[in-house]
Parts: sequence; structure tokens; C-alpha cells
Amino acid sequence: MNNSSLWQDAVRRLIQNRAAMIGGITVLVLIILAIFAPWIAPYSYSYQNLDLGASPPSAEHLLGTDVLGRDLLSRLLYGARISLLVGFVATGVALVIGVSWGIIAGYFGGRVDSIMMRIVDVLYGLPFIIFIILLMVIFGRNIWLLFAAIGAVEWLTMARIVRAQVIGLKNQEFVQAAQVMGVSNISMFRRHILPNILGPIAIYATLTIPQVMLLEAFLSFLGLGIQPPMSSWGTLIRYGVESMEEYYWLLIYPGLTFTITLFALNFFGDGLRDALDPKTSDN
Amino acid sequence: MLNVLIRRVLIAIPVLLVVASLTFFFIRLAPGGPFDADKVVSPQVMKNLNAAYNLDAPLYRQYFDYMSGVIVGDFGPSFRYPGRSVSEMIYTGLPITFELAFYALMIAVALGIFSGVLAALKRNTFLDYFPMAIAMLGICVPTFLMGPILVLVFGINLELLPVSGWDTLSGDKLLPSITLGFAYAAYIARLSRGGMLEVLGQDFIRTARAKGLSELSIVTRHAMQGGLLPVVSFMGPAIAGLLGGSFVVETIFQIPGLGRFYVEAAFNRDYTMILGTTIFFSAMIIFFNLLSDLAVLLLNPRARENL
Repeated sequence: MNNSSLWQDAVRRLIQNRAAMIGGITVLVLIILAIFAPWIAPYSYSYQNLDLGASPPSAEHLLGTDVLGRDLLSRLLYGARISLLVGFVATGVALVIGVSWGIIAGYFGGRVDSIMMRIVDVLYGLPFIIFIILLMVIFGRNIWLLFAAIGAVEWLTMARIVRAQVIGLKNQEFVQAAQVMGVSNISMFRRHILPNILGPIAIYATLTIPQVMLLEAFLSFLGLGIQPPMSSWGTLIRYGVESMEEYYWLLIYPGLTFTITLFALNFFGDGLRDALDPKTSDN
Repeated sequence: MLNVLIRRVLIAIPVLLVVASLTFFFIRLAPGGPFDADKVVSPQVMKNLNAAYNLDAPLYRQYFDYMSGVIVGDFGPSFRYPGRSVSEMIYTGLPITFELAFYALMIAVALGIFSGVLAALKRNTFLDYFPMAIAMLGICVPTFLMGPILVLVFGINLELLPVSGWDTLSGDKLLPSITLGFAYAAYIARLSRGGMLEVLGQDFIRTARAKGLSELSIVTRHAMQGGLLPVVSFMGPAIAGLLGGSFVVETIFQIPGLGRFYVEAAFNRDYTMILGTTIFFSAMIIFFNLLSDLAVLLLNPRARENL
């Protein structure tokens, strides 16, 4: 089993998949724009030009301005930082919890496994959107809490996927050989288990990011997520809806940006799945 | 079968109890009392208020009082709206939310299954690509964007349909139901296409063809029963999702349903209202998940075997 060739094959297949590549490049460009937003953005996100007010797209303000005369393009660029940050950090949280949970349950099996997975089953049946809203109400609308809360919701599927993979690996000769040699549990996970389940983890992580971003935007749209003066794409869409009758551009551009990003992430995730796991792509 | 049913119900009860208890104590962690935002009142008035809302009793007492109320459907008074009880608000809002969710689900199921099955039958033709492209759009355009866009196009520009209210103007139920149902139509279309493709390749379908059955009866009598199983197991999560969607749709279209009450309560920090609706929503979602799992067991003999 040659590990590097699996990944080389995957990269080759991924490059051949045009939709996935366009998606991946779009995401990459967005990340770069978000990181360099303070240098790229023509105005500060809070700079107000009250005399100007809401103005349609023009040469000075490429995407127009909002009611307070703030440049929409700049606000979208700064919003990208928040939206993408939520996407990646919350997915990271979900990854850490889900992978550890799945590895422990799958590797130790027996009582431990059945108790841990029963907990996952029970949590699966609960209305999590409501719990996130509950947390935001009780502990205030704090951005780090938002990361943790969303991450704490999204780990369940990850735990199931990882557990199934680990159970498959556990009975292979190289793992049993390592057990006989007395390798400790920690280094067993790090050196032998984790590297072999990176593929499914990568696939699921990529497909979790758009879901997380959707959840954040949903909360921000309801006014329960990101609070002003910070703004995510969800908050911008919220403001856009409030004034869409007179100032359509305030809804159209944030909405378009958000949708394109979700498209790009989904296409890239699908492409990654097809590339790493050609079997499932047949149907 | 009865065994499974009993076991699942027996698991659901303690789960619900734990959820309700956790929510109750969580709410108590929230900073500030329910009357802090009001104008300054004398200690005596404060004391009376606390007594009126049973807040002066020891915590365990409050907990048992509350829980015994919940069992008989009494969720206590609203902190924000004096004179109104949480149960009363649930009972006025619920039928509207149910109706909205029902229409949305009908749209989602009808549209989703029709286009999904069609796409599977006409694989790799225009009738496959076109609905699937629309479905991808449905998944990537969130409800809170779809709603306003529909309002802008059909309500404001074309002036075809009313854009707010429920049961006040003719046709005012159409846009909210479409908005809420569209994303689920998209998911169901993808699921039924995948499920149908899997089944259509199997031997018993070939046998049915060899017997000379008509294509219509092969699809409706043989393929759909197995091919739509993924859709049936999606129903539980879908209903939970519709509830979350109703928060958004009822806010956009100003529909006086439970979803909007909940969002308003969260906004106003109406703690008893949040507590009551959370417990109520949890019970509903656990119930619908149970229902959809049982439906899958009923339809799929193979899932029954390994129980």
C-alpha cells in the first residue's frame, strides 16, 4: 500500500475535474481577498459618508453604498473574513471532536463504543438550531461562542464516518502487528490510524464548511449571530433585505457573493470525494 | 416490530426529560433576572413579582413545579407579555406553522420525487441535467435569500402575489410555502435520483422487464418502493429543518406562527417563552424522527432483520 501514490492519483483526478478546479480556485481567491482585505478594500468597513447615503454602483463605489454611505465592496471584503473564519474555525472544532470521538469509539469497541455511539444517536435526534439560539441568548452574542456552538453541533456525522473507518482498519495486519509490538495507544492513533483515514476526513471537512457558513448566515440573518459593527455576509444580506425595495444592490451583491461561495465549496467538495474515492462517484 | 416501537419510545422519554431539564437549568444560568430591563421598582414590588412568577421558591421546587406543569401542557406565564401564557402562544402559533410546513413539505415531496425519478429514468439527458442543476441552486441559495428574491420579483416588481401575512389576502400562502419547500425539493430530488438509479440497475427490475410489464408499472410498483427509501429516512431531519426554516420564512413574510414567536422571544430574552418553545420543539422533533425511522423499518425488511 503506497500512501503517496494514492494522493498523487487523487490530485491528478482532481485537476481533470473542471467544476472542482473552478470551485477550488474561487475559494482560494476568496481566501486571499479575505486575508488581504485591509489592504485591498477601497474604504474602511466602518467609514461613513452620510452626505452620500445609499448610492447605486458607480466608479467611486463599484458595488454602491448603503444607507450610511458605507462602501459595499469594502464591507463585503471584510465580511468575507468573518464568514470564512466561521466556516473554517467551526469546521476545525467539529473535526477535533468528531475525529477523536470516532477513533476512540471505533478502536476500543465493545462497551465504550456502544455507549459513545448511543450518545451520538441521541444527539442526532435533537433540534440543534434551537440549542445554538438558546446558547446565543444565554451567553450573549459572542463570536467565539458562535464558533464553538456550531462546531459542537457539526461533529456528529464526522464521528460516525471516522468510527466506521477505524473499525475497518483495526483488523488489518499492520495494526495488529503494531499492537503485538506494544505500540502505545497515542502513537498508534497518530502514526497508524490517522494517516490512513485522512481521505474521508478531508472530504467530509470540505463539505462541512459550506454547511457551517450557511448556519452562521442563518443566525446572523435572524439577528442572533454576528453583531455590528462587525458584519458577516449573513448580516449584510439581512440589511439588504431591509432596504431591498429601494436599494436592490444591497441585497443582490451580498446574496450573489454568498451563493457563489457555497457553489464553489460544494463543487470542490464533490470533486474531492470523486478524486479520493472513485468508487462512490459511479452512481 | 412492536418490540422496536416500544424500545424506541422508551429511549425517547428519558431523552426528552434530559433535554427539558438541561434547558431549564441553562436558562437559569442566563445573566440578569427577567425584570431587570424594566424601570426600577421598589424591593416590595420586586418581591411580589418574584412570588407571582414562582421565582422565590428554592430552585429544585421551581424545577418540579415547572416540570409537573409541562406534563399537563402548562408552560407557565410569559415574562415579556404579562397576562399571556406560553401555552396560549404555542397554541395560537402552532396551527399556522404546521400549515405552512405541511404545504412546504407537499411542494417538496411532489416536486422532488417527480423530478428525481424523471432524472433517474432519463439519465444523462437534458431531463436529468436541467432539474439537477436547479436542485444544486436550491441547495446553495439559502431560504433567507430565496424568500426576499421571490418577494422582490413576484411581489414588488410583477405585483402578482401578496408578500406578507397569512390567511388575510388570497394567495398569501403561496410565496412562503414555495420559499420553505424549495430547498427540500432540491434535497429530495437528489436523494430520489440516487436511490432510483441504484434500484433500477438490479436484477428484479430486469426480471420485471423480461416479464413484459409496462415501464410505468415497473417504475411505480417495483422500483419506487426501494428507490425512495432514502427519501423516507430523510423525512425526519427534513421536518426538523422545516422548523428552522419556518423561523426565517415567518420572519420574512410576517406570519404570526410559532417560528416568529420563537425568534422574537430569543430577541427579547423572554426566558419562559424560550424555555417552553424549546421543550415543545424538541418533543416534536424527537417524535417526527421516531416516525420516520419506523416508516423506514416498515418499508425495508432488510433493516428489520438486524435489530
